[in-house]
Amino acid sequence: MEITPDTHIIFTVAGIAVSATVVWTWVVMALLVAASIAMTRNLTSDFAPSRWQNFLEALIGETQRQIAEVSHHDPGPYLPFVGTLFVFIATSNLLIVFPGYEPPTASLSTTAALALCVLVAVPIYGIVESGLWRYLKNYMEPTVFMLPFNVIGEISRTIALAVRLYGNAMSGVVLAGILISIAPFLFPVVLKLLDLLIGFIQAYIFSVLAMVYIASALRARRGNAASSPDAQPSSATNESKKGA
Amino acid sequence: MEPHVVIAAVSILTAGLTIGIGVIGPSLGEARAAASALEAIARQPDESNTITRTLFVSLAMIESTAIYCFVVSMILIFANPFWTAVLPKAGG
Repeated sequence: MEITPDTHIIFTVAGIAVSATVVWTWVVMALLVAASIAMTRNLTSDFAPSRWQNFLEALIGETQRQIAEVSHHDPGPYLPFVGTLFVFIATSNLLIVFPGYEPPTASLSTTAALALCVLVAVPIYGIVESGLWRYLKNYMEPTVFMLPFNVIGEISRTIALAVRLYGNAMSGVVLAGILISIAPFLFPVVLKLLDLLIGFIQAYIFSVLAMVYIASALRARRGNAASSPDAQPSSATNESKKGA
Repeated sequence: MEPHVVIAAVSILTAGLTIGIGVIGPSLGEARAAASALEAIARQPDESNTITRTLFVSLAMIESTAIYCFVVSMILIFANPFWTAVLPKAGG
């Protein structure tokens, strides 16, 4: 049994082995790009938009609402990154309804790449929001002695993000394989249904955690704005919980 | 015993122990989280949407420790690095 689609070589181009992970990642990406182009081709502002436009509006609106809820910021700059993460992971997890499909998220390479994207995006958003010096100072809170622990925390949460998604997607594949060999007919189907739910929740969690990490990098500016009237008391308690 | 036999025996034993012991904490934690969420929904049915969403997220967060144990045990059984290092010598 394989625990990663990386070792499953589908074809070889000029001496480079192309694994199932790469092939299915490109399939998911092509599907998303084609669907986006097809859906946004004739957008209208009529009272009766097409059903696909309705779907897109619901998806984008809900994503914006969730981002605003988590970060207490305008969702504008974060929507492309977090939304893409969510849509990509959700699509690659939900396509397991098709037989023969191997989810690219069941490979540690894919999830590590996604987690690295988050690792890079967090300081970028933080520096754009609050400036280089104030962002770096964020690492020395509350004292300068916390600097190594903050850096270790940054790395370990990236690893946790990658391994969490990988473990959940991979466990679905492995459990389905084991169950097919011991209880072939009905039970694997039921488990696949559970996998669909888990895959969707994991996509949600990955993007929410990415947003929480970005929001914690934005905290540097919020610390000064705490006395301003628009800072609600509830947001402060929320942030302290998320920071823990 | 030959080295690959020892490695196989230790890996299998450790994989079982890893998943067995590692699952105890998360299952207790998930049970507590689910129980408190049910209590909260019973007390405030209007808030059930928010509570359910938070419950799912926290369940997945708690579950991730069990998932780490699962990943480690799967690596020990199916992709053991020490096993692959010893195997060519033993098989050759």
